[in-house]
Amino acid sequence: MNKRYLFVLRKAAHSGLYAQEMLDIILTTAAFDQAVSILLLDDSVFQLKKYQYSEKHDMKDIAAIFSALEIYDVKNIYAENESLQERGLSADDLCLPIQLIVRRDTPELMQQFDVIFSG
Amino acid sequence: MKFAIQVNSSPYHCNAGHTAYLFIKAALVQNHDIFRVFFYHDGIYHAFKHSTPPDDEQQLTTLWSKLAQQYQVDLVVCISAAQRRGLLHADEANRQGKLDNDLAAGFRISGLGQLVEATLVTDRLIVFG
Repeated sequence: MNKRYLFVLRKAAHSGLYAQEMLDIILTTAAFDQAVSILLLDDSVFQLKKYQYSEKHDMKDIAAIFSALEIYDVKNIYAENESLQERGLSADDLCLPIQLIVRRDTPELMQQFDVIFSG
Repeated sequence: MKFAIQVNSSPYHCNAGHTAYLFIKAALVQNHDIFRVFFYHDGIYHAFKHSTPPDDEQQLTTLWSKLAQQYQVDLVVCISAAQRRGLLHADEANRQGKLDNDLAAGFRISGLGQLVEATLVTDRLIVFG
């Protein structure tokens, strides 16, 4: 059986272990050979920011886990344009290629999926 | 309708766990099917056997155990989220050379695959917390 999954991420990289545990669900879903997409909203755009140096603070490199997603065939990563702009970021500040989506188009994007995880 | 439920918040952080419990009871009373409840993130704190609130407070862990007994609801606690937070089932504690058995009645420990499976075979996933 196959479904289309969208993971809507909202939190910054080190919000406790929340972001890392969400990535574990994403990796498990991809390992089940399901079609997985990710939408970065609000502070979650920071998860992909370049130059995080998280090891210096004894934390895991969240952006590196994102880089591993390609091995699992997770290629559709969307980031909301307004969320980036509100935080002074652009697509160039992120460590992976993403597809920009404007806020008013996000409901239409969500309608394309069977299962939506909020995180 | 067939539901998969995910509970992400601890009993005392916010009301999401209790709201999930009320939703599940209401759904069952209306003959909907709750395929599985998956406890993830801080949601695993619902499954601690030794949680001992004062008698005049809500006993959420006991409520879940009774729900599992009454309706045979499958309550699954994520193993990796649980171990991080010090909730060990006796089998796992043995494997780790530790002496512990924290899992309340009616819950079982398993992996994230159980969550993905639940989303595959149900009509709706509802995430609380």
